[in-house]
Amino acid sequence: MIGAIGIGLAGGVIAGMLGVGGGVLFVPGLVAFLSLSQHQAEATSLLAIVPVAIVGAYTQDRFGNVRRGDALLLGLLSIAGAAAGVALANTLSGRALRDSFAALLVLVAAQLVYKVRATATRPAPLDGNGADAMH
Amino acid sequence: MSAQARAERPLARSLKLALIGTAAGVFSGLFGVGGGTVIVPLLVLWLGYDERTATGTSLGAIVFIAAFAAGTQGLYGNVHVLDGVLIGIPAIAGVTIGARLQQRVSGPAISLLFAAVLVASAVDLVLR
Repeated sequence: MIGAIGIGLAGGVIAGMLGVGGGVLFVPGLVAFLSLSQHQAEATSLLAIVPVAIVGAYTQDRFGNVRRGDALLLGLLSIAGAAAGVALANTLSGRALRDSFAALLVLVAAQLVYKVRATATRPAPLDGNGADAMH
Repeated sequence: MSAQARAERPLARSLKLALIGTAAGVFSGLFGVGGGTVIVPLLVLWLGYDERTATGTSLGAIVFIAAFAAGTQGLYGNVHVLDGVLIGIPAIAGVTIGARLQQRVSGPAISLLFAAVLVASAVDLVLR
C-alpha cells in the first residue's frame, strides 16, 4: 500500500515534468504492489491517468503552455486508435502483453537518454526560437 | 509558438494532428499509458512546438485519450477502481509538483534516473 502511494506520487511528478500520463510507472507499480494482472494493471492505470492529466493540463495552462485547440483535436482524433489499442490488448495473453510493455519501457528509457545527450551537445532549442529557450 | 508552425497550411497540420492522435491512442489503449511518449516528441519534431508547450498540450490531449481508453477497458471488466484511486490521488499531488518543477529545472538528472527506473521495471516484468 505504501509502495502504491509512492509509485503514484512518483508517476505524477514524471507526468508533470515530461507531459506524459505516468502509466509507465503506474502499470509496473500496480503489478508489483497491488498484485494486478498485466491487463488489469493497464486498465486501472488509464483510470488513474485521467485526474493526473486534468490537474497537469490545468497547471500547465496557467503557465500558458497548453494550445487548447490542438489538445482537443489530438484527444478527439485519438479515439479510434485508443479503441483499437484496447481491443488488441484484450486479444493478447498476459505474458505477451507484459513482454511488449517491457519493450516499451526500454524504448522510452532510450528516448530519454537520447534526449538528454542531444540537449547536452546542443543547448539551443531545436526550433531555433532563441528567445523562448527553456532548458 | 514559432511563426513557421503558425503559418503552416491548416489541412496538413490537421492531418499531422490526426496521425499523432491515432498513434497515441493505439499506444494508450495497448499499454495503459497516456500516449505522451508519442505525442511530445512528434509535436516538437513535426509541428515546431517548443518542449514545454508540447508537454502541456500533451497533458491536455491525454485527458481525452485516457478517459476514453479507461471507459473502453471498463467494458472489458479490467478496471480496479479502488486501486486506481489509491494510485491516482497521490499522483495528483505529484503532477502539480512536476509541472511546477518543470518551469525552472532542466531535468537531465531526473530524466536519467527515470530511465534507470524504467529499465529496472522492464527487467522485473520480464522475470516475473
